[in-house]
Amino acid sequence: MDTTKLEFLRGTLDVLILKALAWGPLHGYAITNLIHRQSDDALLVEEGTLYPALWRLENKGLLEAEWGLSENNRKAKYYRLTADGRRQLRHEVKTWEAYAAAVTKVLGAAQPPLPEES
Amino acid sequence: MKPTPLWRRYARFFGPDPGADVKDELRFHLETKIDDLVNQGWPRDAARQEAERQFGDLRALERIGSRIGEKMERRRRLKDYWDDTLQDVRYTFRTFGRNPGFATVSIFILALALGANVAVFSVVNTLLLRPLPFPNSGELMWIAPPPSACGLSCATFSADAFEEFRAQNRSYQDVTGYEAFTTPDNVRLTSRGEPQSATSSEVIANFFQVLGVQPAMGRLFTPDEVRGGSHPVVLLTNAYWRREFMADPAIVGKVIELSGTPVTIVGVLPDSFDFGAVFSPGAKVDLFTPLDLNLERHWGNIVTFLGRLKPGVTLAQALDEGTRLAPNIYQDVTYPETRGQYKGAFVPVPLKDYVTGKLRRSLIALWCAVGAILLIAGVNLSNLLLARAAARAKEFAVRGALGASRGRVMRQLLMESLLLSGAGSVLGLGLAVALITWLAHQGALALPLLGSLRIDGQALGWTVLISLFTAMLFGLLPGLRMAAGNLQEILKDSGSGAGLGLKHERMRAVLVISEIALASILLVSASLLMHSFLKVLDVDLGFQPDRAASIQIDYDDSAPTTDARQAKRGAIFQQIVTRVSALPGVEAAGIADFLPLGPNREWDQPVPKGKSFAPGELPDPLVYVITPGFIRAMGIRLHGRDFTWADGPHSERVVLINASAARIYWPREDAVGKILMRDKEEDRVVGVIDDVHEESVESEAGAQIYYPATQQQPAWSQLVLRTSLPPAALAPGVLRSLRELNPKQPAAEFRPIRTIVDRAVSPRRFFVVLVAVFAGLGLLLAALGIYGVISYSVTQKTQEIGVRMALGASAGRVQRDVILKTLRLAMVGMVIGTLASASSARLIASLLFATSPWDVTAYTAMMLSLIAVALLSGYLPARRASSVQPMAALRDQ
Repeated sequence: MDTTKLEFLRGTLDVLILKALAWGPLHGYAITNLIHRQSDDALLVEEGTLYPALWRLENKGLLEAEWGLSENNRKAKYYRLTADGRRQLRHEVKTWEAYAAAVTKVLGAAQPPLPEES
Repeated sequence: MKPTPLWRRYARFFGPDPGADVKDELRFHLETKIDDLVNQGWPRDAARQEAERQFGDLRALERIGSRIGEKMERRRRLKDYWDDTLQDVRYTFRTFGRNPGFATVSIFILALALGANVAVFSVVNTLLLRPLPFPNSGELMWIAPPPSACGLSCATFSADAFEEFRAQNRSYQDVTGYEAFTTPDNVRLTSRGEPQSATSSEVIANFFQVLGVQPAMGRLFTPDEVRGGSHPVVLLTNAYWRREFMADPAIVGKVIELSGTPVTIVGVLPDSFDFGAVFSPGAKVDLFTPLDLNLERHWGNIVTFLGRLKPGVTLAQALDEGTRLAPNIYQDVTYPETRGQYKGAFVPVPLKDYVTGKLRRSLIALWCAVGAILLIAGVNLSNLLLARAAARAKEFAVRGALGASRGRVMRQLLMESLLLSGAGSVLGLGLAVALITWLAHQGALALPLLGSLRIDGQALGWTVLISLFTAMLFGLLPGLRMAAGNLQEILKDSGSGAGLGLKHERMRAVLVISEIALASILLVSASLLMHSFLKVLDVDLGFQPDRAASIQIDYDDSAPTTDARQAKRGAIFQQIVTRVSALPGVEAAGIADFLPLGPNREWDQPVPKGKSFAPGELPDPLVYVITPGFIRAMGIRLHGRDFTWADGPHSERVVLINASAARIYWPREDAVGKILMRDKEEDRVVGVIDDVHEESVESEAGAQIYYPATQQQPAWSQLVLRTSLPPAALAPGVLRSLRELNPKQPAAEFRPIRTIVDRAVSPRRFFVVLVAVFAGLGLLLAALGIYGVISYSVTQKTQEIGVRMALGASAGRVQRDVILKTLRLAMVGMVIGTLASASSARLIASLLFATSPWDVTAYTAMMLSLIAVALLSGYLPARRASSVQPMAALRDQ
């Protein structure tokens, strides 16, 4: 499988960003790196989708931003989770797990479902 | 993340910039990536290219970023603003809570000023600004010649003239009119129990169609219904239908008996149509009947003209056509010599101007007066707030030092004034509603359209507008003063801010002087108008309105011939007058068809026998048909003799004329005994009476002629009594006597003659009372202003006074100084005010009656009252100043 072309399912990028920020405030570049490394290089978030998603989340009040200095002494915009963002993350993780379990069950089935007893 | 270095804190020194933020954020990303690639061994140029390639469309991304950023920025600003505002409101409430007296006084002052303004605005709006309550009312024209000496008869037209003008003109969609010579209580309703009198008006059949009035129920008149022989019909006004018929929903088609004739009710008019409000202010009409023009064809001028212009036709075109048509129109087609009598008579005036034009100046004056009140109130509050601002200088300085911007402090002060004026306007609106409701129910007040007075959306809009304006007026000045203050100075100064205090005091003195000047204008105008009103009340009307009352009477003089009718009527009248005169308390009684200050009419031009006059020299005297006793009952002064019952149909024809007529007919001669010719009829003048004001209290009387009811046909009959008892006590006895003579006599209203005069002077009384109230209010506010300034300056100077007293100044000396200072302020204000009043008095000159706009009494009264007020409001602080304990004052500092 071409790892760099792994398409994001709709809405999963948001939850990934929230999760990335759960460890502490990060700037945009660090978020891509974190997701990339944590997925064992399977997921690559493109800049063109990352930043609009960040701004959208900030606009919704799930993230808040602050200017700070990066490790290489450059001015960078750091994002952090708000209380609302944290709540949203918990909610989305639960939803995602339920969804993934259901999909996995269906896809991993070895035989058709038993006929329903009447 | 490292801590931000100092220089970074100023990165957005000139305010947030979302676009630049996005650029910065993306550049950081790009450069970090290039660094990473270089670390991985890429050459720098290739690394940059690779990074940019991966980034894709940088521009598009930046656009998205700035859009979202700006949206967030806007929202954040709004939220900040809202938070600040809430904070201001909370803070303001706390401030007011600490000093409830100040808030109460300010809100009270504002409520009075705003309430008066809203109420007057509603009146002005209803009478002047709003169109008449008819569809496309701008097209409606009142058609009449310019006012002349012969009253209503010269302002009306004949049946023939109406038909010819209606047929020949091309300017009007349609022309209509109504019978002009209607008196109150002219019909009696006999079908339902005890006879009741009602006021009926006869209108030309298309009257309501031309006005554009739709019936609430049933239908309007049809053209057939004005021809003789058709079944009589009637339309009820909404109020009469509700009052007299309990709002019977099935009234249409029912038959009632009016003055002995069965008539069918064909419809009920809508509540919005009030004939009296538009055409005869202060009077009411209960029902309408169609006017049969054929019946009144030879009666001369009987109808008023009203027309609805065709769309696109101008006033000038209509006037032009009227002038062109007039020479060919007959008063009475059967008499060729009446052709062209209406030259210059078909003059259209917008109906709105006819109805309210006379009031325009008074209303504008009234509007200016309340405007002045608003200004005074605003200046007063500005003053109060300045005093407070000075006392709060420390508070604001501390806030400033803690980082509040001047704009923020200004906003806080404006919020305080907005809240004050908001509370004031709510309270004032309540006052205005009460006032307007009360006014709308003043039926006796002869102002048009009063019934439709109400606080509507426009009045609410006006309230908001003027309360914002006032808030700006009184909030901005102290705010600006405050913001301009030097923080360090105030904080350093351990005293009460002497430098600032001085500057403030000058400002406050200017404010008080302008307040006094405004108040003097109001006072002068009010006393001029008051003086005029007293003069009007003082006018010799030619009759005695007190202790006299009138009642509309009903009689039946049907007989086969004119002679027999006259004989019968004479007998009935004599019976009534003799019977009523005999009642205890009745001093005199008599009957007349028209009363002074009501409708009137003229007949022809009598000529003194044996004399010749140039055309136009002879007057058209107003005609009254009366019985013996009327002259005495009205209290009219007479030279010669009154009519007697012996002046019958077959005895010599006799008349009475008034002094004005006598002066024209026989200058420098005694008219008594002379002969007046009406065609071939010779009338002997048996007496000359003093001029009676017939049209209005304020205009001079013209020529009048009185005929005996035993020799001429009266149009109506009103019994007038002069009594030594209150008219109300007499009413039952009189009505009983009338009923004994004629069981059909309706229970008509017994009207004191005084009410006729009161109604005639009611518009002037209305304006005078209002302007006087406003002047009083202005005086009160000015007094408050003076008191505030002087009292504040005494407080500020406690230390100085203490020093002076310690150095030997007596209490009297200190007191005198304070009072002199007050008087100086008042004097400057009065001098400016007098100059301003002189020019404003010229503007109201046309509203004055027998009063010069430079009436010395008015100016003296203004000065005396202002000096008195100044002394009073200076005295209290002066006493406080003189009771300062020198030691205590010095220790305090």
